[in-house]
Amino acid sequence: MAITREKLEAGGEAVTINMGPSHPSTHGVLRLLLVLDGEVVRKCTPHIGYLHRGMEKLAEHKTYHQFIPYTDRLDYLAPLSNNCAYVMAVEKLLDIDVPPRANAIRVLCCELSRISAHLLWLGTHAVDLGALTVFFYTFREREILYDFIELLTGTRMTTSYTRVGGLARDLPPGFLDQFQAWVKRFPKEIDEWEALLTHNKIWVERTREVGILKLDDAIDLGVTGPSLRASGKEWDLRKAEPYAGYDDLDFEIPVGTVGDVYDRYLVRLEEMRQSVRILNQIIAKMPDGPILVDDPKIVLPPKENVLRNMEELIHQFIIVTESFDAPVGEVYHAIEAPKGELGFYIKSEGGGSPYRLKIRSPSFINLQAIVKLAEGSMVSDLVAIIASLDPVMGEVDR
Amino acid sequence: MTAPKSTRWEKPGDASVRAAQALKARFGDAVIETAVFRGEVTVLVQPARIVEICNFLKLDPDHSFEMLIDLTGIHFLDRDWEYELLYHLYSFRSNARLRVKTRLAETNRIATVTGVWRGADWQEREAFDLVGVVFDGHPDLRRILMPEDFEFHPLRRDFPLEGHGA
Repeated sequence: MAITREKLEAGGEAVTINMGPSHPSTHGVLRLLLVLDGEVVRKCTPHIGYLHRGMEKLAEHKTYHQFIPYTDRLDYLAPLSNNCAYVMAVEKLLDIDVPPRANAIRVLCCELSRISAHLLWLGTHAVDLGALTVFFYTFREREILYDFIELLTGTRMTTSYTRVGGLARDLPPGFLDQFQAWVKRFPKEIDEWEALLTHNKIWVERTREVGILKLDDAIDLGVTGPSLRASGKEWDLRKAEPYAGYDDLDFEIPVGTVGDVYDRYLVRLEEMRQSVRILNQIIAKMPDGPILVDDPKIVLPPKENVLRNMEELIHQFIIVTESFDAPVGEVYHAIEAPKGELGFYIKSEGGGSPYRLKIRSPSFINLQAIVKLAEGSMVSDLVAIIASLDPVMGEVDR
Repeated sequence: MTAPKSTRWEKPGDASVRAAQALKARFGDAVIETAVFRGEVTVLVQPARIVEICNFLKLDPDHSFEMLIDLTGIHFLDRDWEYELLYHLYSFRSNARLRVKTRLAETNRIATVTGVWRGADWQEREAFDLVGVVFDGHPDLRRILMPEDFEFHPLRRDFPLEGHGA
């Protein structure tokens, strides 16, 4: 007797179900309203905003410096990168350049964040598809990175490490040597994870030709970052609009060909290797010198001087209570954050706080693509698609 | 000591300036003014022709601003206009950015640009939700970040930071 294969679609009545807002594979409080026909998704309507904290409104009521801790809570997997992006926008408004050492440390922070964010993405992505082992390996490395972040900033997640005009503190003694030892060892780990996944039959079948984002669609939707590059566009702000000295560094931009979940996996994996390249160069060429601009109207004076000198006491008082007086104007500055283009638009009417601050967060814009990618996919593939877009709800909802 | 001025933002990008000039040549009075600040080119245009202008910037092969990077609104209380809408565009071809700005007075309605860039969908919903601008022709203009039954637009100047109570 010949057996027949059932179609995946039930062909009967469509069923509407909620996926999230509290679901392990939605990586935060993302709610997807799914219309299902059997196992096939007919329609996907994302509902966001569960983590909306009104950051843009708060920014209008804070001084420029007071807003830095809020940026930690955007993409909370890469707070150092957000810190850098925000102060760079303010520095553009003020029209100042930070010293070379501050720039080099910022690059170090950005690449450290990229690796740390990609480690979490890889670990959870693998768990979502049933490969638990990888999760333990990536989280072990991530834990070590958090130790470095703690050494550098005094805290693990809410770093608030940058200042308008430079950095909160210099590298601690011995940091570069310890970090270099880790950077040397790390690429071998990536090779091990690749050995676990890249040619793994289950992994390949779950990710190849799944959730294909065509380049035209990606551009039309404004998708940036690894997801855009996986679809075949070689575009990275570190190359296109270099900031903080990226133009002096040697690295490559990995680009995909198909734009499926597998390509997004390969691109991020290679990005970690390229970040290692950048970190090696930064560690080898770390310049000496100050980490803050020499401008008492912008930068807080050293505490010991505040306690002794009238003038510096006044500067500290003014900066803390009123902040610096920013020029009237509007600027937009973006960096290549782990998720894509993270930009800050600041409209200043003068004074110590922005008149309007808009956060252009990559996760918010990239997440739009899910509507298109989910249609026609199976529910189980949707799990892979969400993970491969790598949204962070702190940044989506702001 | 005052920090020396940066030299990074002195000159606007040639491609951005060319795009602004092309807009002026093509749309005449609909282009009110062009401003340059920190090397960023901002073109202020009439709201009535926003869709035409966006279409031109995206489709004209000399400019091809294919990417709508960001769309946002600002609410004002004390100006001749009540809303400002900002369209941050990017062109891969010339690696250039352009800010298109338009002002709404005595109305909060403007045509949607979702027909130009599909990515405008959520961004217009956000501007509607937080600032209160209505985008005519938007396929699905619902609140996006605030709850559906929320009555206010929190990024308006007259909305208090603490909100209107629980």
